[in-house]
Amino acid sequence: MKFVPNSSIKTIMLEELGLNKIEDLFLDIPKDIKIKNLNLPCGLSQQETERKLRKIVGKNRSCNDFLSFLGGGIKSHYIPAIVKSITSRSEFYTSYTPYQSEASQGFLQAMFEYQSMIAEITGMDVANCSLYDGVTSLSEAALMCTRITRKKNFIMPHNISWEKKCVLSNYAKGPGIKIKEISYNSKTGKIDIDELKRKINGDTSGVYIENPNFFGIFEDDIDEISEIVKKSGSLFVVGVDPISLGITKSPGEYGADIVIGEGRGLGNTMNFGGSSLGIYACKNELLRQMPGRIIGVTKDIKDKRAFCMTLQTREQHIRRAKATSNICTNEGLCALAAVVYLSWLGSEGFFNISKINFENGEKLAKLIASLPGFKLKFKSTHFNEFVVEYSDDVKKLNKILLQNGIFGGLTLEEFYPELENCMLIGTSEVHTDDDFEKFVSSLKEVSYV
Amino acid sequence: MYRSAIYEEPLLNELVISKKEKINSFDKIPKTLQRKKNIDIPNLDETQIVRHFHRLSQMNYGIDTGIYPLGSCTMKYNPKLCEEIASWGKFNNTHPCQDISTVQGNLKILFELERMLCEITGMDFFSLQPAAGAHGEFLGMLLTRAYHEDRNQGSRDEVILPDTSHGTNPASVSMAGYKLIEIASNKDGTVDLKMLKDALSEKTACFMLTNPNTLGIFESEILKISKMVHDAGALLYYDGANINAIMGKARPGDMGFDIVHLNLHKTFATPHGGGGPGSGPVGVKMKLEKFLPIPRIGKTKEGNYVFDYDAPESIGKIRAYYGNFSVLLKAYIYILMMGSDGLREASEIAVLNSNYMKKKILDSKLYDMPYKDIRKHEFVLSCEKLKQVKGIRAMDVAKRLLDYGFHPPTVYFPLIVKEALMIEPPETESKNDIDRYVDAILKIANEDPEIVKSAPNNTSVNRVDEVSASKNPILTWKMI
Repeated sequence: MKFVPNSSIKTIMLEELGLNKIEDLFLDIPKDIKIKNLNLPCGLSQQETERKLRKIVGKNRSCNDFLSFLGGGIKSHYIPAIVKSITSRSEFYTSYTPYQSEASQGFLQAMFEYQSMIAEITGMDVANCSLYDGVTSLSEAALMCTRITRKKNFIMPHNISWEKKCVLSNYAKGPGIKIKEISYNSKTGKIDIDELKRKINGDTSGVYIENPNFFGIFEDDIDEISEIVKKSGSLFVVGVDPISLGITKSPGEYGADIVIGEGRGLGNTMNFGGSSLGIYACKNELLRQMPGRIIGVTKDIKDKRAFCMTLQTREQHIRRAKATSNICTNEGLCALAAVVYLSWLGSEGFFNISKINFENGEKLAKLIASLPGFKLKFKSTHFNEFVVEYSDDVKKLNKILLQNGIFGGLTLEEFYPELENCMLIGTSEVHTDDDFEKFVSSLKEVSYV
Repeated sequence: MYRSAIYEEPLLNELVISKKEKINSFDKIPKTLQRKKNIDIPNLDETQIVRHFHRLSQMNYGIDTGIYPLGSCTMKYNPKLCEEIASWGKFNNTHPCQDISTVQGNLKILFELERMLCEITGMDFFSLQPAAGAHGEFLGMLLTRAYHEDRNQGSRDEVILPDTSHGTNPASVSMAGYKLIEIASNKDGTVDLKMLKDALSEKTACFMLTNPNTLGIFESEILKISKMVHDAGALLYYDGANINAIMGKARPGDMGFDIVHLNLHKTFATPHGGGGPGSGPVGVKMKLEKFLPIPRIGKTKEGNYVFDYDAPESIGKIRAYYGNFSVLLKAYIYILMMGSDGLREASEIAVLNSNYMKKKILDSKLYDMPYKDIRKHEFVLSCEKLKQVKGIRAMDVAKRLLDYGFHPPTVYFPLIVKEALMIEPPETESKNDIDRYVDAILKIANEDPEIVKSAPNNTSVNRVDEVSASKNPILTWKMI
């Protein structure tokens, strides 16, 4: 069984074409480049395949097997069973981009609901129905700022993930955008506002701020930052962990023009970092420059409410070289998981999950800070991630933790040399007090070794 | 006759039975960030939510519903085993920053998949990082730039494309900051060598080509094209959207292509998920290896897999982490199941299906097929005659096909065919389904034009007014 039903009747079909053999269909390929066969193993049966994969997966240890306190913006969250139940509906997952509206009303309506919820939690007017990931969302936002302002200097904090910087520098090459970094205050871990004031000017296209920032810290001088950005005439781009929005103000309330973020935490598994979900929302007046698919409400010819892809003249399949982005395939199914997850939570559940994430972060930070040899690097309010400084070699610490079945924090010194022996620790609603107890007693034990 | 499920399914926010007015306040965070109003997401019971999305799913057409012959999209069956395995917790609950010793299974898969894709395409090295085909094209352009700059040829700022190219090609080219030179196809529907020669110069960075092209025609002059492009000092880029036509028959690497992207969500049977996630790995020849994104995946003498970040000339990264792992895993499983013979047969039968379907339709003389006759895995019909005689347009035929329970082909593409229907019946379609599709498409041509133009009537909504959706965008439930 090889998913090729006509395999057994190919001679009959060839006869209808007046041909003798399959090769007759490939006479247009020059002989010089024809090959007889690929140098790959023979196909396996489904049973053999499953057996082989069981063996391979046996070499993995997942965050089900180990306790994980890895930070850096990606972590385990509880996913209710309803999410898989819905995203496994094959009418959804085996469908293509919904070009044919009449045959895609289900997915289109779900994406419209996704957009509505993302707009609601970010405080923006509109959202698209996903980009590849939070990192490319930031890059697309920088491009959009330049398209709108026609200026080419984009400002971002020094303390964002190195991957974001690296990807952004590649996206910036096309239009020739220059990136300026703003340092963080070494005591608070928050952005240095004075430096922002010095670096922002009339040539600035946009300013990117993360809230909570890469160190997990809330940028609480956000109104002042927003005002500085507005005064300069540049656009204000805010990056969020969507889970935090249950307890914090939405970026829309403090003046964001564009909101981006990694949405994987909304009902999607970690999948070793991919797939992912690029959140992208903006104000209505910027809509026509937004990248990605957008779903709108309209009517059918009998006046019934209907949904369709809209504003397609922004997109590559219509506008080609003049499109707002080259994006075609997005992360639709991850957006579906997110909308199912958010509706399962409701506003009550969303508030609670956000609150638990904060409280677990607070609780774990206190526990660790009370241990000899460990201290919190920054004295500021943080969400579910925080930076801990260890008095000894943090990599060695993590190796020993690993033997205890624990993934320790993300080490930071590779990317921030000034943060020697610091690690970014993350928690979420998946951790119980027992988990914390196990982590803390391991830390205690290890640090005495 | 086919009938889709029809529900007048309310929006989630319209399902609310009671609104809670209590403000959820949380005062442990800094004052300036405290929420002053509740988020307006409906609070519903799980039963309501399940029914809602279940009904929505029933108003959606997928490959599991029926034939889905979108040209250049290779909508083939997505094997269930791939889905099953990809959902194992030991795969999907791995964190990308876990200690390398705990993700050896994941790395083995990525390492071996790279080698498999090299063999299938005839390339030397692969990067699995791009999240989609267009993302792969963008990476291809970054690699092109790095290559020329490395050779002090950074002044090459033009990329040439045929007018049959996919829309993402020109979009990726301009996003990477290149100037676009589009050349018209010749009377056969293939690359016009004279035009190409005139377009090539010391300014050319790259020529991007899909082979077979979007008309489904194999570019038989590919070796000449390759020589011309390389003689001009440029690179040759392969858009792999159509590689389902030639697996095990010919390889872009042997044709002279320097950079290749594949679409795992097309050729390698991973689902499209209503738009994504996809995966668009990029393969290169040796001379481009040092520019590939980091990390590369290596294997030590002891047989351990590692991430290698030590690549000073790498372009860096184009997304977070290592690619859409869940999609890469499914493609790996698919290739294991198909094997060498299976992949070749997939291409053979895809081409057979397409030629069989093409002949059945053209024999009727109701539709025309401009450009030369020999086609690979897809073909492009023109409804121009139908439009002239009966006023039926390609879009009308497409919508009427929905009434018969079939997903329409790609319409109005490529742009060089008037009233185009671009049809690709992959190898996973049976002769029965193809015959029924052909019957429907022929029947439609003979139907009362008013019936065809008012289609669809058997779907969950009638023809949708996309024009007013664009004129007056309503994009969230708050805007309604």
